[in-house]
Formats: sequence, structure tokens, C-alpha cells
Amino acid sequence: MAITQISLFLMNQPGQLVDAVGTISGAGSNIRAMSIAEANDFGILRAIVTDTDKVCDVLKEKYLVTRTPVVAARMDDRHGALYPILEALNENNVNIEYMYAFTGTGPEEAYVVLRVQDPETAEAVLHAAGIETLSDDSLKI
Amino acid sequence: MARYYQPEIETAPREKILEIQNEKIVRQVRHVWDNVPYYRDLMMKKGVTPEDIHGVEDIKKLPFLSKSDLRDAYPYGLLGTDLKNCVRIHSTSGTTGKRVVAFYTQHDIDLWEDCTARAIVAAGGTEEDVVQVCYGYGLFTGGSGLHGGSHKVGCLTLPMSSGNTDRQIQFMMDLGATILCCTPSYAAYIGEALAEQGYKPEDNKLKAGIFGAEPWTEEMRRDIEKKLGIKAYDIYGLTETSGPGVSYECEEQKGMHINEDHFYAEIIDPDTGEVLPDGEKGELVFTSLDKEAFPLLRYRTRDICVLNRTPCSCGRTHVRMSKPMGRSDDMLIIRGVNVFPSQIEAVLLKEGYTPNYQIVLDRERNTDTFDVYVEVSADQFSDLMSQIQKMEKSLESALRTMLGIGPKVHLVAPKTITRSEGKAVRVVDKRKLHD
Ligand SMILES: [Zn+2]
Repeated sequence: MAITQISLFLMNQPGQLVDAVGTISGAGSNIRAMSIAEANDFGILRAIVTDTDKVCDVLKEKYLVTRTPVVAARMDDRHGALYPILEALNENNVNIEYMYAFTGTGPEEAYVVLRVQDPETAEAVLHAAGIETLSDDSLKI
Repeated sequence: MARYYQPEIETAPREKILEIQNEKIVRQVRHVWDNVPYYRDLMMKKGVTPEDIHGVEDIKKLPFLSKSDLRDAYPYGLLGTDLKNCVRIHSTSGTTGKRVVAFYTQHDIDLWEDCTARAIVAAGGTEEDVVQVCYGYGLFTGGSGLHGGSHKVGCLTLPMSSGNTDRQIQFMMDLGATILCCTPSYAAYIGEALAEQGYKPEDNKLKAGIFGAEPWTEEMRRDIEKKLGIKAYDIYGLTETSGPGVSYECEEQKGMHINEDHFYAEIIDPDTGEVLPDGEKGELVFTSLDKEAFPLLRYRTRDICVLNRTPCSCGRTHVRMSKPMGRSDDMLIIRGVNVFPSQIEAVLLKEGYTPNYQIVLDRERNTDTFDVYVEVSADQFSDLMSQIQKMEKSLESALRTMLGIGPKVHLVAPKTITRSEGKAVRVVDKRKLHD
């Protein structure tokens, strides 16, 4: 039940980021969460967006795009909430490649996006620890 | 089944070809002596007169012409006839500051177009074919050279010129182009663009491509053949000798037949100028046997090649030249190591990359910096930074193994490497700015 993340390859050049975001917004899509990893010459923009299929089609015209299943784990928006999530994964030897977080639409609701090798295993581990995860449907993307 | 454009010439017995050459060279040397004072002076300095030339055996007595002669004699110094007899010029891009202007009479254009027509027929062209010419038109010889040959064969000619890939693809698909003529890098680019638009290799009607005007490798040939679903033929020529069509490949794809009734080829030792025996690697030298307006004798091409006189199964009797193995002009000396861009291209294709790359050389604290920018394709892209950095490292190590010197590799987005007139800009050497 993982959710779909899109990733874009962007050159480190002025105007690339604003153009990419403009393209996503032009497709009528809302960015629910994003993060950027940067190297010397390029960056990778990772985002959770609404209307993923449509956004990918439009982005493909101009950018390298790839879709990756990631796990979005629910937590309360309060002190210490992230810890049990990471603890559960660590105890079960699930390695995290990268992560970022976003707040939900409900009050005091937040999510952490986790990029792992095997999302199914990670979700099973989280569910066993009583932690909820999102699906594309529940997120309406 | 082999077909020829001018069978009586293309399959002539060797004695017949020699006879044609002997007769033409005597007349041509006389023509140059009478009309080109620049070359007459060179001959006099060497103590040679037209009376010394009785056939191609005596060509070795003649002085060489090099690119620097062309620069010294610019623009009219090597003109072999009155300007009123000339109908056209072509020119090299002059990217190295050595612009060459070549002149043509109608006779010169005719013989040049015969040469490109032979190449088109050797690639399977007939009057049934639709030839898409996306070499640049204008000063560059590629466009009009293949265009003229295509007319002679009677093909439907699409004079596209280079660039505007969407339009190229639209015409290719809508009009059912069967033969594609362009630079190999542009052919690969069109192949990628077709795939991006969802076309499979079998969706187009192309059967052959005639590609030249820049160095390319066997790996690149296979890559293009697979992407476009065609057989890819090499063609060779220089603005100085007329343009593409001096030599061309037959279906054997094992060397390019030189049009020996128009061009006499020699391989020399680039250092001593001595003529080397057949089969030895050296610099290719051309003597134009019947051009009127720009009749270069013993022009040093700077291309390193081998000649092969063994009979070819296609039935053509003209000598074959290898694909140039490097150009002394192209050879880069980086931290004292000789590097040919074609070596880098071979590594990229072997490692599964596109042949779209650019070498950037600079100098920092008296040491050469060596950077290679390579376009990543969609199936190579990963959301993991570590994965992309691993790809860069592994390409760096493959290049170091091949070249004996390690470049820094930068993966870049598709279509970000500069192209000019459809020709990829392979080398940016900023070191010269500091000298
Ligand atoms: Zn042949």
C-alpha cells in the first residue's frame, strides 16, 4: 500500500526549479510534500503530488522522471512522535535511504515519507508496531 | 543484390581505372600549373614541372598542400579557373579559426553529385526511395551534396536541413522516408526522440542511413542501427576535396570505396611525408584528378587511415579506406597523454550510455583539468543520489582504464549538450585562452 513519489533530475542551473514547479502546477497538481537532494552539477527533486499520472506525462516532455514507491507513516504532530517509527524499523533491520516529512490535513497530524529498499516489509513492520501508513487512494493522489 | 549507379566505372577492371587516372593526372597537373600560381611556385621550389608527370606513379614527386596553405591562399589563391566559370562556394565551419572556402564549376558539382549518387545507390537507393536529408544546407557541404546525389538517383528528396527534430520526425513518418542522411550523432538523437514519442524501430519506413561529417565508432553504428531499425552506411569527404562522397560504404560495411576516377589516394608517414605501402596506417592524402575550380593536388587530410586493395564482394573495384582512426587535429594532449574523443565514445556505448557527451579541458594551477559531461537516459535515472554518484564513479574508472588518464565525469540531463548545425560540440578546450 505504499504511495507513489515522483523524482526529477534537475541541472544546477538558474530557473530549473521554478520551471519544474511551474510545470507541476500547470498540470493542475498540488504538491503535498517535497525534498531536494543536491550534488555539484545536479539535484534530484522528490515530491508527493496529486494527479501523479498526469503530472508525470507532462514532466516527461522536459525532464527525466521516475516513480518510486515510498512509505508514508502517520504520526501525531507532537514531540517524540517520530522516534517509535524509526525504532521499529531499526529493530527489524530496515535501512532508510532518505526521508522527509509533511503535515496532514487533519489537526495535529503529520507524515514521514520513508524511502526503503522494500516498502512492503517496512509497512508490515510499522503495522505490527501499530503505526498507520497511507496509500495513494487515502492520500487522493 | 548489388546495384551500381555507374557500373562501368564502379566495377571497372583495375587496369581501366589506372588508365583513367594516368590520363587525368597529366591533364590536371598541366591545368594547375597554368592556372594556380600558388601551386606552380611550390612545384618550382621542388624542381618539378608538368613534363615530369606521366601518370599516377609520378604523383609522389609533387609537393603537398596542407591546411595552412589553404589559409595562406585564402580566398582565391588556389582557384583554378576564372570566377566567371564558378557557380558556387562551400565553406568549412571555421570553428578552429581556419575557414576554408572551396569553389565549384558546374562540372565540379556534377562529378561531386555523381559520387554521392553512387553512395546512395550503394546504400540500396533507387528512384522508389524517399531520401530525408538532414545534414545542414548552406555553406556546409553535407546538405547540398547528398541532395544533389539524391536528385541524380531520382529519389524523392526531402530537403530538411538540420535541427527541428519534431518536424524531422513528422516528415519522416508522414512521408515514409526510407533513407536518412545526417551526422551520426543526429541520427542517434532522432532515434532517441522517436523512442520518446513512443515509436518502435519497426514503426518507421527507413531502411538505410548515410552518415558522415564527424567521427563515429562501430559501437555507435550498431546503436543507431538498432534504434532506427536500419543499416547504417558511412560516407567520407572534406570540403577541400568537394564534400561527402569522396568515399562511401557498400553493403559489406568494411571500409569505404574511394571514387578513384576522381580522387587519387595515398597514405603517407605524417612525419616524413614518405608514401607508405598499402595496408600501413598513415595520413590520407588526396589528389583531385578532374576538378576545375578547386583542384587540390596532394592535399593532406590529417586523417589517419589504412587503404585496402583486396577485392570486395560487392563487385566494386575501387580501393577501400578504413574509417579514419583519429585525426591529428582531433587528438587531444591531456597532461601529456594522447586522447581521441572516439575512445571516450566507445567506452560510453559499452557502458550503456548515449554517445552524447562533451569534453571540457581547462587549466588550474598549471595542471590540465579534464571533465566529461554525459547525458543520462530515462532508464538510467534513479531517485537515489548514491546510485547516480556510483554511476559517475564507475564511468570514471572505465574511462581511466581506456585512456590511461582519469577524467571527472558529470552526468547531465538529456539534450543539454550543445549541438551546432546538428553536429555535437565534442570538445571545449579552454586551455588555449590561458596560453
Ligand atoms: Zn564493396
